[in-house]
Amino acid sequence: MKLWIPFATAAGVFVGAAILFGADWDLPPVDTEQLGYAGSGMYLTKDREKQADLQQANVVPEPLYEADPEGDRAGEFYENVQVLGDLSTDQFNLFMASITEWVSPEQGCAYCHNEENLASDEVYTKVVSRRMIQMTQAINTDWQTHVGEVGATCYTCHRGQPVPENVWSRNSGPGKDGRGLGWSGGQNVVGEMVGNTSLPTNALESYLLGDKPIRVHSLTALPNGENMATTKQTEETWGLMMHMSESLGVNCVTCHNSRAFNDWDESPPQRVTAWHGIRMARDINQSYIEGLAPVFPDNRKGPEGDVLKVSCATCHNGVQKPLYGVSMLRDFVDSLGTKTDTGVPDYSTYTPGETQVMGSPDSAALAPATGPEATTLASVD
Amino acid sequence: MEYQNIFTQVQVRGPVEAGIPLPRGDDERVGKPFYNWLAGWFGNAQIGPIYLGFLGTASLIAGTIWFVIIGFNMLASVGWDPIQFIRQLFWLALEPPPAEYGLSIPPLSEGGWYIISSVFLLASVLLWWARIYVRARALGLGTHVFWAFGAAIWLFLVLGLFRPLLMGSWAEAVPYGIFPHLDWTAAFSIRYGNLYYNPFHCLSIVFLYGSVLLFAMHGATILAVTRYGGERELEQITDRGTASERAALFWRWTMGFNASMESIHRWAWWFAVLTPITGGIGILLTGTVVDNWYLWGIKHGIVAPVPDLWPAVVDPAIGG
Repeated sequence: MKLWIPFATAAGVFVGAAILFGADWDLPPVDTEQLGYAGSGMYLTKDREKQADLQQANVVPEPLYEADPEGDRAGEFYENVQVLGDLSTDQFNLFMASITEWVSPEQGCAYCHNEENLASDEVYTKVVSRRMIQMTQAINTDWQTHVGEVGATCYTCHRGQPVPENVWSRNSGPGKDGRGLGWSGGQNVVGEMVGNTSLPTNALESYLLGDKPIRVHSLTALPNGENMATTKQTEETWGLMMHMSESLGVNCVTCHNSRAFNDWDESPPQRVTAWHGIRMARDINQSYIEGLAPVFPDNRKGPEGDVLKVSCATCHNGVQKPLYGVSMLRDFVDSLGTKTDTGVPDYSTYTPGETQVMGSPDSAALAPATGPEATTLASVD
Repeated sequence: MEYQNIFTQVQVRGPVEAGIPLPRGDDERVGKPFYNWLAGWFGNAQIGPIYLGFLGTASLIAGTIWFVIIGFNMLASVGWDPIQFIRQLFWLALEPPPAEYGLSIPPLSEGGWYIISSVFLLASVLLWWARIYVRARALGLGTHVFWAFGAAIWLFLVLGLFRPLLMGSWAEAVPYGIFPHLDWTAAFSIRYGNLYYNPFHCLSIVFLYGSVLLFAMHGATILAVTRYGGERELEQITDRGTASERAALFWRWTMGFNASMESIHRWAWWFAVLTPITGGIGILLTGTVVDNWYLWGIKHGIVAPVPDLWPAVVDPAIGG
């Protein structure tokens, strides 16, 4: 009869421990910043300890040295330099050394290059990084509405890792294979890309790869038959919003007023920046990442076989302005600040080891280096 | 001073009580009654017997079927993994069918189970409602609890039946899950331009918080006059004693007006039933009659103006 007491106690202890240690509590003190007009409830609260950790994790590395812009052009001096040919050899070598520090500090040059023949395209990562350089140049020129003068470099996302930490791939969510039981409409599990909520798991694919309408509000007080958006669609939009706030360490009212989320007239200016950011991420995924799908090996793809794509978190890494708004681009304007070559090869015909040309007219000169040339190149780095 | 405690200190013990004889045609009461000390802290220490009868039994069976259908769908949604089932339990749900099925019956794999389980839930709730009525009449009571439960059922039916019918889609119903139904609620408010500007939502909140306030005021008042026999509220209604007089004086002194021993219970009943009644009206109007409550609020002058802190912000989609 009294057997329930130990069971109840055990259950109580278990639930208590789960509540205490399972939830990611912020211990005081926290700092609260007022974002909007008094009384509108627009506050952003930040935990000091977490902020200190983020500060440490988001430090810009110093440039290795200052390169001499004079001298031979890299495109003429080296073989198969397709995008950064206008740099001086010194600038080019600094950039190569920096990219190694940023992307593959442990693996070194060999992560992208055949060390016997640096000009060769036989390692797929070299093909990818060439396209990524074009992408970064495009971000810094075409997307100043989002990145401003601060710009982005490889390090903004890579942070010393060959694959940036915060990437995503398709997650069709539960109930996708037509089982009789288990309908949950592509949501209702812990959605890691939607801020660990139960919101639709595939919001990023809808909005940061596809261009599903994000807006769900009606612009008239009464229904006029134009806005057919459902509550469920709203949940998917909300999933994207949760992703954004988690990625940037902010909350709804950083971009929205607290009374009418859709009303631009009452929105903080950050919302405009974010609006461009959504389009930027979509452009990156559509124009740069998806196209590289034939180049990536299977171990660089998600569980559903699609390439790893970028989200807000890829650059932001939990901080409202990536790397706290410190411009790394400033030291690499020569390599990443302008678009130098915008040609794209047909990656669908990609075969490992064969050099594909980005589309420049003088591409004939860009055959892979062989023999003594290659040895010289190998000794350069 | 036993009443000056967060728990009821006095537990009456004696031979367990079966209750009054039941009329012909009624079933037997179920379960051997017993005393429980813990239950005595919160109410009567005697547990049972319970009257189930046809309505109660049928209601419990239907409710159990509803519950089990949801449980198995949740379990299936995590690939029948019991660990994930427990770990993600609060996230899991049985989702209504997608909007493209409208009011037709969708396949089982796309919300058909939601419709089936909803039928059982509806049966369960209505059977329980009928049971409340029958049991109240069997004891010679008024039917106040029946009508109060009916108010809650009104809100339940608006959410799960009336509004989906008016909107022409079962997709408008609420998912069966812990976090998912909360997310649905918030998304519903966002979609329709902030439910805070829905006047029936305002009323519902007034009655909800008002119920809480009244409950606290009444509970505190009665506990405070228990030393004068005030907990014998029914006697005090017809034979007003010093407890009742003092309680009335207290409120007349502090706020100028007092409810009576009888009327306070009418206050509480009306506040409680008006919470879901007004809330249900507010939900029923949302999306059917009003599409954006914030704009409706502006139109009708209930949105307070605030200074434009960011005049430069323009919708970039219209090329500002």
